[in-house]
Amino acid sequence: MSYSRPIDFKNGRVDLSHGSGGRAMAQLIRELFVRHFDNDYLRAQNDGACFPLPAGAGRMVMATDSHVVSPLFFPGGDIGCLSVHGTVNDVAMTGGQPLYLAAGFILEEGFPLADLQRIVISMAAAAKEAGVPIVTGDTKVVEQGKGDGVFITTTGVGVVAPGIELAPQRIRPGDKLLVSGYLGDHGVAIMSLRENLSFETAIESDTAALHGLVAAMLDAVPGIRSLRDPTRGGLAAVLNEFAEAAGCGMLIHEKAIPVRGAVAAACELLGLDPLYVANEGKLVAVCPAEDAERLLAVMRAHPQGRDAAIIGEAIVDANGFVQMETVFGGRRMVDWLSGEQLPRIC
Amino acid sequence: MKYIDEFRNGNVARGLAAAIAAEVQPGRSYRLMEFCGGHTHAISRYGLLDLLPPAVQMIHGPGCPVCVLPIGRIDSAIDLAREQGVILCTYADTLRVPASGGLSLLRAKAQGADVRMVYSCDDALRIAQDNPAREVVFFAIGFETTTPMTAAIIKQAAALDLKNFSVFCNHVLTPAAMVHIMESEGDPAAVALDGFVGPAHVSTVIGSGPYEGFAQHYKKPVVISGFEPLDVLQSVLMLVRQINEGRALVENQFTRAVTREGNRKAQALVAEVFELREMFDWRGLGEVPLSALKIKEAFVAFDAETRYSIAYRQVPDAKACECAAILRGHKHPRDCKVFGTACTPDQPIGACMVSSEGACAAHYTYGRHKEASASEVKA
Repeated sequence: MSYSRPIDFKNGRVDLSHGSGGRAMAQLIRELFVRHFDNDYLRAQNDGACFPLPAGAGRMVMATDSHVVSPLFFPGGDIGCLSVHGTVNDVAMTGGQPLYLAAGFILEEGFPLADLQRIVISMAAAAKEAGVPIVTGDTKVVEQGKGDGVFITTTGVGVVAPGIELAPQRIRPGDKLLVSGYLGDHGVAIMSLRENLSFETAIESDTAALHGLVAAMLDAVPGIRSLRDPTRGGLAAVLNEFAEAAGCGMLIHEKAIPVRGAVAAACELLGLDPLYVANEGKLVAVCPAEDAERLLAVMRAHPQGRDAAIIGEAIVDANGFVQMETVFGGRRMVDWLSGEQLPRIC
Repeated sequence: MKYIDEFRNGNVARGLAAAIAAEVQPGRSYRLMEFCGGHTHAISRYGLLDLLPPAVQMIHGPGCPVCVLPIGRIDSAIDLAREQGVILCTYADTLRVPASGGLSLLRAKAQGADVRMVYSCDDALRIAQDNPAREVVFFAIGFETTTPMTAAIIKQAAALDLKNFSVFCNHVLTPAAMVHIMESEGDPAAVALDGFVGPAHVSTVIGSGPYEGFAQHYKKPVVISGFEPLDVLQSVLMLVRQINEGRALVENQFTRAVTREGNRKAQALVAEVFELREMFDWRGLGEVPLSALKIKEAFVAFDAETRYSIAYRQVPDAKACECAAILRGHKHPRDCKVFGTACTPDQPIGACMVSSEGACAAHYTYGRHKEASASEVKA
């Protein structure tokens, strides 16, 4: 191969040639993506990745998630690791074991290559930690002003073991609702950086891959009814989805819901409700009542579920309302979010 | 959480509720209007009605800033953004208020108008400084709570000699609206209200003094109340006691923030920049004399109404909408035919369904399960 000057990752910027299909694009893929994501599938340099499946794997699962978060870097993470965790978690919430990821990048002309490199290194680290390689990808460049730095879409493929059948339709009145830890950290961490807000907080995004926790949970309680990660719309959206799919109501207890003091304080200040704030490293689980304590113990024994709690139960309600018993003993509804609470959080 | 949990303590709440129940006299009803949307929100969000005896009825008042903004004013703001091409800055709730022609500021924004949501009017000033080639208008709404900040940025704009910044002033006054509610039937004796839960944040600015003449003249007790659930319960108890004893005084439950005099500095700032409007059209209340503020002649360079020759045009509310009666406390959201059907927080018809402080939105979001169970019982 003839010599080409290495990409200037210190001061260089994305330009239209990085997406044109020419030499510059090939160089970017080679020196950035293949170098950091590094695996045999990528090195094969095919248009797609061919991979083997584990023997006796049961069903396959595929999930996709686009990431348009602003700002790109935030306390506790960045769009890179977020884009890995987001899709790994979507696969995990089906009860699946995530195996491979694909990543599509839409880059804006003028975006600093140093930032892109930082994001790619973060993705590579997250993928490595999760044990889920990024095996294929795509890069496009749009003109300045037609994107917002970088958008990343990731798609994940995994397998669901035979016998595992998670679906919200399986939820029955009497089932218990569990969350894996403190709610609202991600949304508040993002909010703290908005240019027109900038308040100081020690809160970091909870962005994390949850498939390890899910595997441990399913191992202990294969009869889990359903799992969801409460991202946009928060816990409230997940509970309303559950209620709608299952045709029953949900009752949660305000006292039992884990929210950090600093998150509660920030929400108070901003007029937000932590129940509606996004999470990127938490899950909501529903299981039969008799399994709830055992499931809780397994979750608490796992690093991602240390602060897990039983927060309520499914109840008989033809209207499918989600209600909360307040600390006063009164009841109020926990409705779907209307309008938008926070723009571009994931 | 310090200073929050103390005011949301369930045991204390149950104690207060028991005290209210013990004070309520048999055969007597207590119709209390909470003026502010902040109280309406707290009552709904914490399920306080569940704790009150049936004899105590809470009537939602008009104290929700976006709810009382008439359609004509929103239309003018949309015109500013669309026709005049200004950068229009405003607070979030205002964006979703329905205007004429199926528009709202949010929809105008989607169609290309430059409408920006700000958390503080200070941000609007900064946007003007950052965009010297563009005209920037701050669409100012709200009661006395937000008025001093608007006054401050007008003074700041004057000090900076900013040529591209102006304010479309829609600030309104609480005491005038309370008087209007008492006079709306033609005869104050016909107004079925026994007392008022008085404003929290408004009163931090104006003090508790301005309500004294009101309480004395109309013989209605007023208790200035904080926005936390325990504040509201304690204020209800204080009102019930006053009513039982035949007193009609201004009492201050919110002593941690409100004094009789209020915030003198803020009052001086407001007096320097604003003067009374002879007449202002309120949604729900109609034209109320001396109930709003306009920018003084000395600061006319920053008055968008003058700069863009904005002429107010009265626009009637949607026919099916009961916002007007709800804002005056004559009807409950459930009495409105479109409540929860054609009118929801996602597709609001009336302004009371827009802000979380609006009576309809609060009831829809937190309380409509009660309507469902009531209709089941009936069926």
